[in-house]
Amino acid sequence: MAVPRFWREIPNRYNLVGARCGNCNKVLFPPRYICPHCRRMGKLEPYRLKRRGKVLTYTVVHAAANGFEDQAPYVLAIVELEDGPRLTAQVTDCNTDEIKIGDEVEIVFRRMGEDGQDGVIYYGFKARRV
Amino acid sequence: MRDVAIIGVGLTKFGELWDVSFRQMMMEAGARAIEDAGIDGKQIDAMYIGNMSSGQFIRQEHISSIVADHAGLVPIPSTRVEGACASGGLALRQAVIAVASGIHDIIVAGGIEKMTDVLTGQATGALATAADQEWEVFVGATFPGLYALMARRHMYEFGTTEEQMAMVAVKNHHNACFNTCAQYKTEITVEDVLKSPPVTSPIKLLDCSPITDGAACVILAPAEKARKFTDTPIMVAGTGQASDTIALHGRSSLTSLRATIEAARTAYKIAGVKPDDIDLVEVHDCFTIAEIMAIEDLGFCKKGEGGKMTEQGETVIGGRIPVNTSGGLKGKGHPVGATGIAQAVEIVQQLRGEAGKRQSDGAEIGLTHNVGGSGGTAVVHVLRRGD
Amino acid sequence: MDVGVVGYGVYIPRYRIRVEEIAKVWGDDPESIKRGLLIEEKSVPAPDEDTATIAVEAARNALKQTGIDPHDIEAIYVGSESHPYAVKPTATIVAEAIEATPDLTAADYEFACKAGTVGIQTCMGAVEAGMIKYGMAIGADTAQSAPGDALEYTAAAGGCAFIVGKNGGNTLAAIDDTYSYTTDTPDFWRREMRSYPKHGGRFTGKPAYFKHVLAAANGLLRKLQLTPQDFAHVVFHQPNGKFPLLAAKELGFSKEQVALGMLTPKIGNTYSGSTMIGLAAVLDQAKPDERILAVSYGSGAGSDAFSITVRDGIEGKRDAAPKVLDYVGQRVIIDYATYVKFRKLLVK
Repeated sequence: MAVPRFWREIPNRYNLVGARCGNCNKVLFPPRYICPHCRRMGKLEPYRLKRRGKVLTYTVVHAAANGFEDQAPYVLAIVELEDGPRLTAQVTDCNTDEIKIGDEVEIVFRRMGEDGQDGVIYYGFKARRV
Repeated sequence: MRDVAIIGVGLTKFGELWDVSFRQMMMEAGARAIEDAGIDGKQIDAMYIGNMSSGQFIRQEHISSIVADHAGLVPIPSTRVEGACASGGLALRQAVIAVASGIHDIIVAGGIEKMTDVLTGQATGALATAADQEWEVFVGATFPGLYALMARRHMYEFGTTEEQMAMVAVKNHHNACFNTCAQYKTEITVEDVLKSPPVTSPIKLLDCSPITDGAACVILAPAEKARKFTDTPIMVAGTGQASDTIALHGRSSLTSLRATIEAARTAYKIAGVKPDDIDLVEVHDCFTIAEIMAIEDLGFCKKGEGGKMTEQGETVIGGRIPVNTSGGLKGKGHPVGATGIAQAVEIVQQLRGEAGKRQSDGAEIGLTHNVGGSGGTAVVHVLRRGD
Repeated sequence: MDVGVVGYGVYIPRYRIRVEEIAKVWGDDPESIKRGLLIEEKSVPAPDEDTATIAVEAARNALKQTGIDPHDIEAIYVGSESHPYAVKPTATIVAEAIEATPDLTAADYEFACKAGTVGIQTCMGAVEAGMIKYGMAIGADTAQSAPGDALEYTAAAGGCAFIVGKNGGNTLAAIDDTYSYTTDTPDFWRREMRSYPKHGGRFTGKPAYFKHVLAAANGLLRKLQLTPQDFAHVVFHQPNGKFPLLAAKELGFSKEQVALGMLTPKIGNTYSGSTMIGLAAVLDQAKPDERILAVSYGSGAGSDAFSITVRDGIEGKRDAAPKVLDYVGQRVIIDYATYVKFRKLLVK
């Protein structure tokens, strides 16, 4: 991922900064630029989501995504955050046989990858069972 | 709007076609379809080509020009259509709309993907661009991963089993054995699937469709002129397309593709049919769970009963509603841009009664279901015998 | 001085490798190593952890104790000898991740294992001078050690963050004073472009660790006119389990005074985190009005000594985030093969 493309989303990736619509009060994450419910009537403002949620579903990834080979096998989940939105996240510090649907997780700050040995390091969010 | 008919179909062999290039495949499928339609190339007004990612697979964009050029059909308009793995289905729909509108008469709707000119890792990376790069792929998601997230939730909510998913693969491999174009012509067992290497639990290697080279074409004509070319025109009775969020996590349901439900609703309505009226279907079984979800979302059983329906044999050739008689994406192969067109080819052959050993007897109405990404796009066509 | 700790937080990765497991690979006798270094196991960072992620976890824990607006943190210093980048600060990553940007100053420090305590001193000075409202000093490392080197038994991972501000209602502990002792003593180093540090073997002991630690401790005692008996607890840098005990004995501290802050036997040497995590472990349990002596050591070489007096305010606040012993207790033992994978020691 090119540096500017990663850099401009640092607040979203580091601190779960999404948006809240002042019209319908829904919290949106990942970031959006128009409220999908209110469209032009929406009034989006930045909103930092709470770092807690629960696992809705998960998989143990054996055939890793490009750039994730060194982490295989790893757990990937869809997490429903306390604020409502859902996100896809790796579950870190988790043995592949520990995870189950309904597990409570917190969102933590981890290394996501890097642009090769010479490139920048990508940091972002992962989930961790609590 | 005019009624539209399919008057010719053509397909290449599907598989790892090391000695065949992108251009050669496209020409082969096109020539077969034109010959099948009994038309002359000069009669073709326009073409729509479904292709997901020639840029990543062969580092060539602007394939619309290449196809018209190599077909010797310049200067007719040629348009590439992209919607990830639904590119073929979308190309068919665009062609149908163009004929129905009266703007063109005879149109080629093609689909193609040349996937083996890159290494497997590059191919899966290319496919992953159909998912949300920023918020899925960046965090480590793969396509099997996204479908595994759906599969796990489906198991949790409805008690669907890994054995039931395996039965989809077993059936589709069996059907593919009777399809000369299919990539796999080998029978497999439920045990083979269950013991195959884990990819993204609960999905195992034999739950996945393969990486495939292939091309497919159909020739469309206005229904009122179709009889000039063929005694067995197949009518495009309904077409429907719908979108959903690019990311799986953005959807309220993780066990159902809303785009499928909405596309099917439109297609059924235009065709004036209900799920019960459909005699056979080609569904988008990129993974076995995808077929189970598809037969539910298309209305062939209640939500959550797709696994049971499969287990009870209702989807085999000769069953209540045969699913993927061609072998599906799993058995026939999944050259992503070609898949949506290849599905229509299969239904046409079935409705004409030309499907040989995999023929579903007395089929009058068939349906194709083509999905892009993890469900961000779906396109459904209802095809009907013209007599 | 009129400055104090308004919040502190730690983080220790959950993976551990035992001395026996490493000794098995190299044919060493585990019992003599355990006896010689007084160490049982060491922490190992997960493959997706580095000094920046550890620093962020510690910093977020420190903030949980304080309830202060992160924007009031006007300086962040991250001390480490394993910064993820050779050029590009870790401190900016931390600043962004705790939402302290953009109105602050930030920098990375390097002084072997004492880079974190230098950060505390910098914050003390800036707070005292009125330059900043709050400063955050972090010591964090994912310590490197060549496979087969004696360091492999101890080089661990962990971090600790301290938020320093003027003494006031939200102070958990006052920092009475600090004193440093510095010379050019090459006992341990890593050259540019090299993956692993080198060390002077037994030279790291008497002329290096002990000379500087003892001098800094004695210097501060002299400056404050205090004796070991005036302190409830003492914390030293802990390259192994043995050195701090010997230093304590030499200075006239009892085993009991050292006990609370001794973590190396269970988590190894967390380098820039070591003294600070030890101090945090003491603060986790100390009673108001107790006085603590903390002495760091950085090879190369220097020591920073601090006298800290616990305030009443600590009682209500220190439960807001996980404590040192919580992290010490959360452990998953790994084998050497997993360690090699996690530490990316495989040549591919």
